[in-house]
Amino acid sequence: MKTITSQKPAEEVMGYLEKCQKVYIIGCGTCATMCHTGGKSEVLEMKRKIESSGKKVTGWMIIPTACDELTKYALEEEAGRIKEADCVLAMTCAVGVQTIALHLKDKKPVYPALNTLFIGMEDSPGHFTEVCLQCGSCVLGKTAAICPLVRCSKSLLNGPCGGSSGGKCEVSQDIPCAWQLIYDRLSEMGRLEEMEAIEPFKDWSVSVSGGPRKIDVEAECTTTS
Amino acid sequence: MKAGTRLERILTSGQFAVTAEAGPPKGTGAEVIRKKGELLRHCCDAVNVTDNQTAIVRMSSLAGCLLLKEQGVEPVMQMVVRDRNRLALQSDVLGAVALGIGNILCLSGDHQKFGNHPGAKGVFDIDSIQLVRTLKMMRDEKKFIAGEDISGEVPVFIGAAANPFADPFEYRVSRLAKKIKAGADFIQTQAVYDVDKFARWMEMVTARGLDKQVHIMAGIIPIRSAGMARYMRDSVPGVYVPDEVVTRMENAANPKEEGVRIILEIIEQLKDMPGVHGIHIMAVGWEDIVPQVVEKSGLMPRPVV
Repeated sequence: MKTITSQKPAEEVMGYLEKCQKVYIIGCGTCATMCHTGGKSEVLEMKRKIESSGKKVTGWMIIPTACDELTKYALEEEAGRIKEADCVLAMTCAVGVQTIALHLKDKKPVYPALNTLFIGMEDSPGHFTEVCLQCGSCVLGKTAAICPLVRCSKSLLNGPCGGSSGGKCEVSQDIPCAWQLIYDRLSEMGRLEEMEAIEPFKDWSVSVSGGPRKIDVEAECTTTS
Repeated sequence: MKAGTRLERILTSGQFAVTAEAGPPKGTGAEVIRKKGELLRHCCDAVNVTDNQTAIVRMSSLAGCLLLKEQGVEPVMQMVVRDRNRLALQSDVLGAVALGIGNILCLSGDHQKFGNHPGAKGVFDIDSIQLVRTLKMMRDEKKFIAGEDISGEVPVFIGAAANPFADPFEYRVSRLAKKIKAGADFIQTQAVYDVDKFARWMEMVTARGLDKQVHIMAGIIPIRSAGMARYMRDSVPGVYVPDEVVTRMENAANPKEEGVRIILEIIEQLKDMPGVHGIHIMAVGWEDIVPQVVEKSGLMPRPVV
Protein backbone atom coordinates (compact mmCIF):
# COMPACT_ATOMS: atom_id res chain seq x y z
CA MET A 1 0.00 0.00 0.00
CA LYS A 2 1.38 3.37 -1.02
CA THR A 3 0.21 6.93 -1.15
CA ILE A 4 0.12 7.81 -4.81
CA THR A 5 1.06 11.34 -5.81
CA SER A 6 1.53 13.34 -9.00
CA GLN A 7 3.51 16.52 -9.54
CA LYS A 8 1.59 19.75 -9.61
CA PRO A 9 1.89 21.82 -12.80
CA ALA A 10 5.08 23.92 -12.73
CA GLU A 11 3.07 27.17 -13.02
CA GLU A 12 1.13 26.35 -9.86
CA VAL A 13 4.32 25.60 -7.90
CA MET A 14 6.05 28.73 -9.23
CA GLY A 15 2.91 30.69 -8.31
CA TYR A 16 3.34 29.65 -4.68
CA LEU A 17 6.98 30.68 -4.78
CA GLU A 18 6.30 34.08 -6.34
CA LYS A 19 6.90 35.99 -3.11
CA CYS A 20 9.85 33.82 -2.00
CA GLN A 21 13.43 34.50 -2.99
CA LYS A 22 14.91 31.62 -0.98
CA VAL A 23 13.45 28.15 -0.90
CA TYR A 24 14.18 24.98 1.07
CA ILE A 25 13.08 21.74 -0.62
CA ILE A 26 12.04 18.51 1.09
CA GLY A 27 11.48 15.20 -0.67
CA CYS A 28 10.33 11.85 0.72
CA GLY A 29 12.22 8.58 0.51
CA THR A 30 9.14 6.36 0.56
CA CYS A 31 6.00 6.78 -1.54
CA ALA A 32 7.02 9.93 -3.41
CA THR A 33 10.35 8.34 -4.35
CA MET A 34 8.56 5.27 -5.64
CA CYS A 35 6.12 7.44 -7.63
CA HIS A 36 9.04 9.44 -9.11
CA THR A 37 7.38 12.60 -7.84
CA GLY A 38 9.48 13.57 -4.80
CA GLY A 39 12.62 11.43 -4.71
CA LYS A 40 16.18 12.64 -4.99
CA SER A 41 16.22 13.14 -8.74
CA GLU A 42 12.91 15.04 -8.70
CA VAL A 43 14.12 17.23 -5.84
CA LEU A 44 17.34 18.03 -7.74
CA GLU A 45 15.33 18.78 -10.88
CA MET A 46 13.11 21.14 -8.87
CA LYS A 47 16.22 22.79 -7.40
CA ARG A 48 17.55 23.39 -10.89
CA LYS A 49 14.21 24.85 -12.02
CA ILE A 50 13.95 27.17 -9.04
CA GLU A 51 17.55 28.35 -9.43
CA SER A 52 17.11 28.96 -13.14
CA SER A 53 14.22 31.29 -12.28
CA GLY A 54 16.70 33.44 -10.34
CA LYS A 55 15.80 32.22 -6.85
CA LYS A 56 18.09 30.63 -4.30
CA VAL A 57 17.73 27.16 -2.84
CA THR A 58 19.10 27.32 0.70
CA GLY A 59 19.18 23.52 1.02
CA TRP A 60 17.30 20.29 0.44
CA MET A 61 16.84 16.89 2.02
CA ILE A 62 15.03 13.63 1.45
CA ILE A 63 13.31 12.60 4.66
CA PRO A 64 13.15 8.77 4.75
CA THR A 65 9.40 8.78 5.51
CA ALA A 66 8.06 12.31 5.66
CA CYS A 67 4.76 11.32 7.32
CA ASP A 68 6.64 9.79 10.26
CA GLU A 69 7.12 11.76 13.46
CA LEU A 70 10.90 11.38 13.04
CA THR A 71 10.44 14.20 10.53
CA LYS A 72 10.64 16.46 13.59
CA TYR A 73 14.30 15.53 14.12
CA ALA A 74 15.18 15.86 10.43
CA LEU A 75 13.76 19.41 10.52
CA GLU A 76 15.78 20.20 13.65
CA GLU A 77 18.98 19.03 11.99
CA GLU A 78 18.36 21.26 8.99
CA ALA A 79 17.01 24.17 11.05
CA GLY A 80 19.80 26.54 9.98
CA ARG A 81 19.23 26.20 6.22
CA ILE A 82 15.44 26.21 6.68
CA LYS A 83 15.66 29.39 8.75
CA GLU A 84 17.51 31.08 5.91
CA ALA A 85 14.66 30.28 3.45
CA ASP A 86 11.42 32.21 2.92
CA CYS A 87 9.41 29.04 2.52
CA VAL A 88 9.58 25.25 2.42
CA LEU A 89 8.56 23.38 -0.72
CA ALA A 90 7.41 19.87 0.21
CA MET A 91 7.66 17.25 -2.52
CA THR A 92 5.79 14.78 -0.36
CA CYS A 93 2.23 13.54 -0.03
CA ALA A 94 -0.27 15.71 1.84
CA VAL A 95 0.41 13.84 5.07
CA GLY A 96 4.09 14.73 4.66
CA VAL A 97 3.23 18.39 3.99
CA GLN A 98 1.12 18.54 7.14
CA THR A 99 3.68 16.68 9.26
CA ILE A 100 6.37 19.13 8.14
CA ALA A 101 4.16 22.15 8.88
CA LEU A 102 3.27 20.71 12.29
CA HIS A 103 6.86 20.17 13.37
CA LEU A 104 8.45 23.21 11.78
CA LYS A 105 9.69 25.36 14.68
CA ASP A 106 10.50 28.34 12.51
CA LYS A 107 6.99 29.27 11.27
CA LYS A 108 6.96 29.90 7.54
CA PRO A 109 4.87 28.77 4.61
CA VAL A 110 5.05 25.08 3.63
CA TYR A 111 3.90 24.70 0.02
CA PRO A 112 2.95 21.41 -1.61
CA ALA A 113 4.63 20.50 -4.89
CA LEU A 114 2.55 17.36 -5.32
CA ASN A 115 -1.09 16.39 -5.54
CA THR A 116 -2.01 13.47 -3.33
CA LEU A 117 -4.20 11.14 -5.33
CA PHE A 118 -5.08 7.95 -3.53
CA ILE A 119 -3.99 4.96 -1.52
CA GLY A 120 -2.94 2.61 -4.28
CA MET A 121 -2.63 -1.09 -4.85
CA GLU A 122 0.22 -2.09 -7.18
CA ASP A 123 -1.60 -4.34 -9.62
CA SER A 124 1.36 -4.59 -11.98
CA PRO A 125 4.91 -3.25 -11.51
CA GLY A 126 4.78 0.53 -11.39
CA HIS A 127 1.04 0.63 -12.03
CA PHE A 128 -1.24 1.63 -9.17
CA THR A 129 -5.00 1.55 -8.87
CA GLU A 130 -7.23 3.18 -6.29
CA VAL A 131 -9.01 0.38 -4.51
CA CYS A 132 -10.14 1.85 -1.20
CA LEU A 133 -12.02 5.02 -0.30
CA GLN A 134 -11.31 4.58 3.40
CA CYS A 135 -15.03 5.06 3.96
CA GLY A 136 -15.03 3.73 7.50
CA SER A 137 -17.68 1.04 6.95
CA CYS A 138 -16.23 -1.66 4.72
CA VAL A 139 -18.60 -3.45 2.31
CA LEU A 140 -16.01 -5.80 0.76
CA GLY A 141 -17.63 -8.81 2.44
CA LYS A 142 -20.66 -8.34 0.22
CA THR A 143 -18.86 -7.34 -2.95
CA ALA A 144 -16.38 -10.16 -3.53
CA ALA A 145 -13.54 -8.04 -2.13
CA ILE A 146 -13.86 -5.39 -4.86
CA CYS A 147 -14.74 -1.93 -3.54
CA PRO A 148 -17.65 -0.37 -5.46
CA LEU A 149 -17.21 2.94 -3.65
CA VAL A 150 -14.03 3.80 -5.51
CA ARG A 151 -14.05 1.38 -8.40
CA CYS A 152 -17.57 2.27 -9.53
CA SER A 153 -17.53 5.84 -10.88
CA LYS A 154 -20.90 6.49 -9.22
CA SER A 155 -20.09 4.65 -5.96
CA LEU A 156 -23.20 2.55 -6.47
CA LEU A 157 -23.96 0.01 -3.76
CA ASN A 158 -26.67 -2.02 -5.46
CA GLY A 159 -25.27 -3.26 -8.73
CA PRO A 160 -24.23 -1.83 -12.09
CA CYS A 161 -25.98 1.19 -13.59
CA GLY A 162 -27.32 1.22 -17.13
CA GLY A 163 -24.00 2.46 -18.45
CA SER A 164 -22.08 -0.79 -17.96
CA SER A 165 -21.19 -2.16 -21.37
CA GLY A 166 -18.85 -4.93 -22.41
CA GLY A 167 -17.27 -4.91 -18.96
CA LYS A 168 -16.43 -1.20 -19.20
CA CYS A 169 -17.66 1.83 -17.30
CA GLU A 170 -19.64 4.49 -19.19
CA VAL A 171 -17.07 7.05 -18.07
CA SER A 172 -14.17 5.53 -20.00
CA GLN A 173 -13.17 2.46 -21.94
CA ASP A 174 -10.09 2.40 -19.69
CA ILE A 175 -12.17 1.84 -16.56
CA PRO A 176 -13.43 -1.67 -15.92
CA CYS A 177 -17.01 -1.71 -14.57
CA ALA A 178 -16.56 -2.56 -10.88
CA TRP A 179 -19.94 -4.25 -10.73
CA GLN A 180 -19.09 -6.46 -13.72
CA LEU A 181 -15.96 -7.52 -11.83
CA ILE A 182 -18.02 -8.15 -8.69
CA TYR A 183 -20.63 -10.04 -10.69
CA ASP A 184 -18.00 -12.24 -12.35
CA ARG A 185 -16.25 -13.05 -9.10
CA LEU A 186 -19.48 -13.79 -7.23
CA SER A 187 -20.61 -15.89 -10.18
CA GLU A 188 -17.39 -17.95 -10.07
CA MET A 189 -18.05 -18.66 -6.41
CA GLY A 190 -21.73 -19.46 -6.90
CA ARG A 191 -22.72 -16.48 -4.77
CA LEU A 192 -24.74 -14.48 -7.33
CA GLU A 193 -27.87 -14.56 -5.18
CA GLU A 194 -26.06 -12.15 -2.84
CA MET A 195 -26.45 -9.45 -5.48
CA GLU A 196 -30.23 -9.63 -5.08
CA ALA A 197 -30.09 -8.25 -1.54
CA ILE A 198 -30.67 -4.52 -1.25
CA GLU A 199 -27.71 -2.80 0.35
CA PRO A 200 -29.00 -0.34 2.96
CA PHE A 201 -28.20 3.38 3.13
CA LYS A 202 -24.58 4.04 3.83
CA ASP A 203 -23.53 5.83 7.01
CA TRP A 204 -21.23 8.53 5.69
CA SER A 205 -20.78 9.98 9.18
CA VAL A 206 -17.93 7.54 9.77
CA SER A 207 -16.38 8.70 6.50
CA VAL A 208 -15.30 12.09 5.18
CA SER A 209 -18.67 13.63 6.08
CA GLY A 210 -18.29 13.11 9.82
CA GLY A 211 -15.51 15.60 10.46
CA PRO A 212 -11.85 14.66 10.97
CA ARG A 213 -11.52 11.07 12.12
CA LYS A 214 -9.20 10.21 14.96
CA ILE A 215 -8.07 7.02 16.51
CA ASP A 216 -6.27 6.18 19.72
CA VAL A 217 -4.57 2.85 19.17
CA GLU A 218 -3.71 2.45 22.83
CA ALA A 219 -7.28 2.99 23.97
CA GLU A 220 -9.24 1.00 21.40
CA CYS A 221 -9.27 0.30 17.72
CA THR A 222 -12.48 2.16 16.84
CA THR A 223 -12.92 5.58 15.32
CA THR A 224 -14.19 8.38 17.47
CA SER A 225 -15.84 11.51 16.28
CA MET B 1 -54.34 3.65 -5.55
CA LYS B 2 -50.97 4.85 -4.35
CA ALA B 3 -51.04 8.35 -5.74
CA GLY B 4 -54.08 8.30 -7.99
CA THR B 5 -52.26 9.94 -10.89
CA ARG B 6 -53.57 9.47 -14.40
CA LEU B 7 -50.53 7.37 -15.21
CA GLU B 8 -51.26 5.08 -12.29
CA ARG B 9 -54.95 4.83 -13.19
CA ILE B 10 -54.21 3.93 -16.79
CA LEU B 11 -51.58 1.36 -15.91
CA THR B 12 -53.61 -0.28 -13.16
CA SER B 13 -56.67 -0.43 -15.41
CA GLY B 14 -54.59 -2.57 -17.76
CA GLN B 15 -54.53 -0.07 -20.62
CA PHE B 16 -51.43 0.51 -22.72
CA ALA B 17 -49.86 3.73 -21.41
CA VAL B 18 -47.96 6.40 -23.35
CA THR B 19 -45.55 8.84 -21.77
CA ALA B 20 -43.09 11.23 -23.37
CA GLU B 21 -40.14 13.27 -22.27
CA ALA B 22 -39.83 17.05 -22.15
CA GLY B 23 -36.34 18.34 -21.47
CA PRO B 24 -36.30 21.72 -19.70
CA PRO B 25 -34.36 24.63 -21.24
CA LYS B 26 -30.82 25.75 -20.43
CA GLY B 27 -32.40 28.94 -19.25
CA THR B 28 -35.39 30.52 -17.63
CA GLY B 29 -37.95 30.34 -20.44
CA ALA B 30 -41.13 28.87 -19.03
CA GLU B 31 -42.59 28.99 -22.54
CA VAL B 32 -40.16 26.27 -23.67
CA ILE B 33 -41.78 23.81 -21.26
CA ARG B 34 -45.28 25.10 -21.98
CA LYS B 35 -44.78 24.63 -25.72
CA LYS B 36 -43.69 21.04 -25.23
CA GLY B 37 -46.58 20.46 -22.85
CA GLU B 38 -49.03 21.81 -25.43
CA LEU B 39 -47.58 19.57 -28.09
CA LEU B 40 -47.72 16.45 -25.95
CA ARG B 41 -50.92 16.96 -23.95
CA HIS B 42 -53.27 15.01 -26.23
CA CYS B 43 -50.97 12.16 -27.18
CA CYS B 44 -49.51 11.24 -23.79
CA ASP B 45 -50.82 10.23 -20.40
CA ALA B 46 -47.96 11.92 -18.58
CA VAL B 47 -44.81 13.82 -19.47
CA ASN B 48 -41.41 13.23 -17.86
CA VAL B 49 -39.35 16.27 -17.01
CA THR B 50 -35.68 15.36 -17.00
CA ASP B 51 -33.31 16.26 -14.16
CA ASN B 52 -30.14 17.87 -15.52
CA GLN B 53 -30.01 15.21 -18.21
CA THR B 54 -26.57 14.19 -19.48
CA ALA B 55 -25.26 16.19 -16.51
CA ILE B 56 -25.97 19.51 -18.23
CA VAL B 57 -27.45 22.23 -16.06
CA ARG B 58 -31.03 23.01 -16.99
CA MET B 59 -34.13 24.38 -15.35
CA SER B 60 -34.97 22.14 -12.41
CA SER B 61 -37.24 19.18 -12.93
CA LEU B 62 -39.48 20.31 -10.09
CA ALA B 63 -40.07 23.72 -11.71
CA GLY B 64 -40.67 22.11 -15.11
CA CYS B 65 -43.19 19.72 -13.58
CA LEU B 66 -45.09 22.57 -11.97
CA LEU B 67 -45.23 24.46 -15.27
CA LEU B 68 -46.70 21.38 -16.95
CA LYS B 69 -49.16 20.84 -14.16
CA GLU B 70 -50.36 24.45 -14.36
CA GLN B 71 -51.39 23.84 -17.96
CA GLY B 72 -53.14 20.59 -17.11
CA VAL B 73 -50.45 18.19 -18.29
CA GLU B 74 -49.57 15.44 -15.85
CA PRO B 75 -45.87 15.45 -15.01
CA VAL B 76 -43.42 12.70 -14.07
CA MET B 77 -40.63 14.25 -12.02
CA GLN B 78 -37.25 12.68 -12.72
CA MET B 79 -34.75 12.68 -9.87
CA VAL B 80 -31.09 11.71 -10.14
CA VAL B 81 -28.92 10.91 -7.13
CA ARG B 82 -25.88 12.52 -8.77
CA ASP B 83 -26.66 16.08 -7.72
CA ARG B 84 -28.39 15.88 -4.32
CA ASN B 85 -27.82 14.12 -1.04
CA ARG B 86 -30.52 12.40 1.00
CA LEU B 87 -31.59 15.64 2.68
CA ALA B 88 -32.13 17.50 -0.58
CA LEU B 89 -33.80 14.54 -2.31
CA GLN B 90 -36.30 14.02 0.48
CA SER B 91 -37.11 17.71 0.80
CA ASP B 92 -37.74 17.95 -2.95
CA VAL B 93 -40.10 14.98 -2.69
CA LEU B 94 -42.06 16.81 0.03
CA GLY B 95 -42.14 19.93 -2.13
CA ALA B 96 -43.25 18.01 -5.21
CA VAL B 97 -46.09 16.33 -3.34
CA ALA B 98 -47.15 19.67 -1.86
CA LEU B 99 -47.36 21.03 -5.41
CA GLY B 100 -49.47 18.09 -6.54
CA ILE B 101 -46.81 16.16 -8.41
CA GLY B 102 -47.47 12.45 -7.98
CA ASN B 103 -45.22 10.56 -10.38
CA ILE B 104 -41.52 10.40 -9.54
CA LEU B 105 -38.86 8.52 -11.51
CA CYS B 106 -35.69 7.54 -9.61
CA LEU B 107 -32.41 7.46 -11.53
CA SER B 108 -28.66 7.31 -10.95
CA GLY B 109 -27.99 10.02 -13.54
CA ASP B 110 -25.33 10.20 -16.23
CA HIS B 111 -21.88 10.72 -14.80
CA GLN B 112 -20.97 14.40 -14.38
CA LYS B 113 -17.97 13.87 -16.65
CA PHE B 114 -20.35 13.90 -19.65
CA GLY B 115 -21.89 17.25 -18.85
CA ASN B 116 -21.02 20.92 -18.93
CA HIS B 117 -19.57 20.92 -15.40
CA PRO B 118 -17.17 17.96 -15.50
CA GLY B 119 -15.36 19.30 -12.42
CA ALA B 120 -18.49 18.95 -10.29
CA LYS B 121 -18.51 16.70 -7.25
CA GLY B 122 -20.82 13.78 -7.91
CA VAL B 123 -22.93 13.34 -4.79
CA PHE B 124 -24.11 9.72 -4.95
CA ASP B 125 -24.93 9.77 -1.25
CA ILE B 126 -27.57 7.13 -1.96
CA ASP B 127 -28.09 5.15 -5.15
CA SER B 128 -31.14 4.88 -7.39
CA ILE B 129 -32.44 1.71 -5.73
CA GLN B 130 -32.10 3.33 -2.33
CA LEU B 131 -34.01 6.36 -3.67
CA VAL B 132 -36.84 4.04 -4.71
CA ARG B 133 -36.81 2.57 -1.22
CA THR B 134 -36.78 6.08 0.27
CA LEU B 135 -39.94 7.04 -1.63
CA LYS B 136 -41.66 3.84 -0.55
CA MET B 137 -40.74 4.49 3.09
CA MET B 138 -41.95 8.07 2.80
CA ARG B 139 -45.24 6.97 1.25
CA ASP B 140 -46.06 3.74 3.09
CA GLU B 141 -44.52 4.34 6.50
CA LYS B 142 -44.54 8.13 6.47
CA LYS B 143 -40.94 8.05 7.62
CA PHE B 144 -37.76 9.73 6.50
CA ILE B 145 -34.61 7.68 5.95
CA ALA B 146 -33.56 8.67 9.46
CA GLY B 147 -36.69 7.03 10.85
CA GLU B 148 -38.39 10.25 11.89
CA ASP B 149 -42.07 10.80 11.12
CA ILE B 150 -43.26 12.88 8.19
CA SER B 151 -46.26 15.07 8.78
CA GLY B 152 -48.87 14.60 6.07
CA GLU B 153 -49.35 12.01 3.35
CA VAL B 154 -46.77 11.31 0.62
CA PRO B 155 -48.85 9.87 -2.22
CA VAL B 156 -46.32 9.05 -4.92
CA PHE B 157 -46.35 6.64 -7.84
CA ILE B 158 -42.77 5.41 -7.88
CA GLY B 159 -40.84 4.90 -11.08
CA ALA B 160 -37.44 3.45 -11.86
CA ALA B 161 -35.42 2.80 -14.98
CA ALA B 162 -34.19 -0.44 -16.48
CA ASN B 163 -31.66 -1.00 -19.21
CA PRO B 164 -31.93 -4.48 -20.72
CA PHE B 165 -29.10 -3.59 -23.11
CA ALA B 166 -26.48 -2.96 -20.45
CA ASP B 167 -24.21 -5.63 -19.05
CA PRO B 168 -24.10 -8.10 -17.44
CA PHE B 169 -27.24 -9.06 -19.40
CA GLU B 170 -28.26 -11.91 -17.08
CA TYR B 171 -28.11 -9.60 -14.08
CA ARG B 172 -30.51 -7.07 -15.60
CA VAL B 173 -33.56 -9.08 -14.54
CA SER B 174 -32.20 -9.40 -10.99
CA ARG B 175 -31.68 -5.66 -10.92
CA LEU B 176 -35.29 -5.14 -11.99
CA ALA B 177 -36.37 -7.52 -9.20
CA LYS B 178 -34.36 -5.44 -6.75
CA LYS B 179 -36.06 -2.25 -7.90
CA ILE B 180 -39.47 -3.89 -7.48
CA LYS B 181 -38.51 -5.14 -4.03
CA ALA B 182 -37.34 -1.61 -3.16
CA GLY B 183 -40.75 -0.26 -4.15
CA ALA B 184 -40.94 0.55 -7.86
CA ASP B 185 -44.47 0.79 -9.25
CA PHE B 186 -43.54 1.47 -12.86
CA ILE B 187 -40.46 1.10 -15.03
CA GLN B 188 -39.37 3.13 -18.03
CA THR B 189 -36.68 1.32 -19.98
CA GLN B 190 -33.75 2.54 -22.02
CA ALA B 191 -34.53 2.98 -25.72
CA VAL B 192 -35.35 -0.24 -27.58
CA TYR B 193 -33.87 -0.76 -31.03
CA ASP B 194 -32.90 -4.41 -30.70
CA VAL B 195 -36.39 -5.85 -30.26
CA ASP B 196 -35.11 -9.46 -30.12
CA LYS B 197 -32.82 -8.75 -27.20
CA PHE B 198 -35.58 -6.81 -25.45
CA ALA B 199 -37.93 -9.75 -26.01
CA ARG B 200 -35.37 -12.12 -24.45
CA TRP B 201 -35.19 -9.85 -21.41
CA MET B 202 -38.99 -9.65 -21.21
CA GLU B 203 -39.21 -13.45 -21.38
CA MET B 204 -36.94 -13.68 -18.34
CA VAL B 205 -38.99 -10.95 -16.65
CA THR B 206 -42.31 -12.69 -17.27
CA ALA B 207 -40.85 -16.10 -16.34
CA ARG B 208 -40.16 -14.66 -12.89
CA GLY B 209 -43.61 -13.07 -12.80
CA LEU B 210 -42.09 -9.61 -12.42
CA ASP B 211 -44.43 -8.10 -15.03
CA LYS B 212 -47.27 -8.78 -12.59
CA GLN B 213 -45.54 -6.76 -9.89
CA VAL B 214 -44.54 -3.68 -11.86
CA HIS B 215 -45.70 -1.82 -14.98
CA ILE B 216 -43.00 -1.93 -17.63
CA MET B 217 -42.99 0.80 -20.26
CA ALA B 218 -40.56 0.36 -23.13
CA GLY B 219 -38.36 3.29 -24.08
CA ILE B 220 -38.50 4.79 -27.57
CA ILE B 221 -36.13 7.36 -29.08
CA PRO B 222 -37.14 8.49 -32.59
CA ILE B 223 -34.11 8.89 -34.86
CA ARG B 224 -33.92 11.95 -37.07
CA SER B 225 -30.81 11.33 -39.10
CA ALA B 226 -28.03 8.89 -39.87
CA GLY B 227 -25.69 11.11 -37.89
CA MET B 228 -27.88 10.84 -34.81
CA ALA B 229 -28.08 7.05 -35.22
CA ARG B 230 -24.29 6.83 -35.43
CA TYR B 231 -23.84 9.17 -32.48
CA MET B 232 -26.20 7.15 -30.31
CA ARG B 233 -24.54 3.91 -31.38
CA ASP B 234 -21.04 5.16 -30.67
CA SER B 235 -21.25 7.77 -27.94
CA VAL B 236 -24.37 7.62 -25.78
CA PRO B 237 -23.85 5.51 -22.65
CA GLY B 238 -26.37 2.74 -22.16
CA VAL B 239 -27.93 2.99 -25.61
CA TYR B 240 -27.54 0.10 -28.03
CA VAL B 241 -28.25 0.85 -31.69
CA PRO B 242 -27.71 -2.12 -34.03
CA ASP B 243 -25.70 -1.43 -37.20
CA GLU B 244 -28.70 -2.42 -39.26
CA VAL B 245 -30.65 0.59 -37.94
CA VAL B 246 -27.72 2.89 -38.78
CA THR B 247 -27.52 1.41 -42.29
CA ARG B 248 -31.23 1.90 -42.87
CA MET B 249 -30.90 5.55 -41.85
CA GLU B 250 -27.82 6.03 -44.03
CA ASN B 251 -29.53 4.60 -47.10
CA ALA B 252 -32.81 6.44 -46.62
CA ALA B 253 -33.87 9.04 -49.19
CA ASN B 254 -35.87 10.78 -46.46
CA PRO B 255 -34.15 10.02 -43.14
CA LYS B 256 -36.85 11.58 -40.96
CA GLU B 257 -39.56 9.44 -42.55
CA GLU B 258 -37.35 6.37 -42.29
CA GLY B 259 -36.70 7.15 -38.62
CA VAL B 260 -40.43 7.27 -37.95
CA ARG B 261 -40.92 4.03 -39.91
CA ILE B 262 -38.28 2.27 -37.81
CA ILE B 263 -39.85 3.47 -34.58
CA LEU B 264 -43.36 2.48 -35.68
CA GLU B 265 -42.14 -1.02 -36.52
CA ILE B 266 -40.59 -1.30 -33.07
CA ILE B 267 -43.71 -0.01 -31.30
CA GLU B 268 -45.85 -2.46 -33.27
CA GLN B 269 -43.84 -5.37 -31.87
CA LEU B 270 -43.76 -3.92 -28.35
CA LYS B 271 -47.54 -3.47 -28.24
CA ASP B 272 -48.01 -7.21 -28.57
CA MET B 273 -45.17 -8.27 -26.33
CA PRO B 274 -46.31 -10.02 -23.13
CA GLY B 275 -45.60 -7.97 -20.03
CA VAL B 276 -45.12 -4.61 -21.80
CA HIS B 277 -47.63 -2.15 -20.38
CA GLY B 278 -46.77 0.97 -22.33
CA ILE B 279 -44.18 3.04 -24.14
CA HIS B 280 -42.11 6.02 -23.09
CA ILE B 281 -41.04 8.29 -25.94
CA MET B 282 -37.87 10.32 -25.45
CA ALA B 283 -37.79 12.61 -28.44
CA VAL B 284 -34.78 14.65 -27.25
CA GLY B 285 -35.50 17.90 -29.10
CA TRP B 286 -37.81 16.38 -31.71
CA GLU B 287 -41.01 16.55 -29.67
CA ASP B 288 -42.96 17.67 -32.78
CA ILE B 289 -42.86 14.11 -34.03
CA VAL B 290 -44.42 12.52 -30.93
CA PRO B 291 -48.12 13.14 -31.78
CA GLN B 292 -47.57 11.61 -35.21
CA VAL B 293 -45.77 8.57 -33.78
CA VAL B 294 -48.54 7.94 -31.23
CA GLU B 295 -51.28 8.48 -33.84
CA LYS B 296 -49.70 6.16 -36.39
CA SER B 297 -49.12 3.53 -33.71
CA GLY B 298 -52.89 3.35 -33.24
CA LEU B 299 -52.58 4.59 -29.68
CA MET B 300 -54.87 7.61 -30.11
CA PRO B 301 -57.08 8.81 -28.63
CA ARG B 302 -55.63 8.44 -25.17
CA PRO B 303 -58.04 6.86 -22.71
CA VAL B 304 -59.91 9.04 -20.24
CA VAL B 305 -59.72 7.52 -16.77
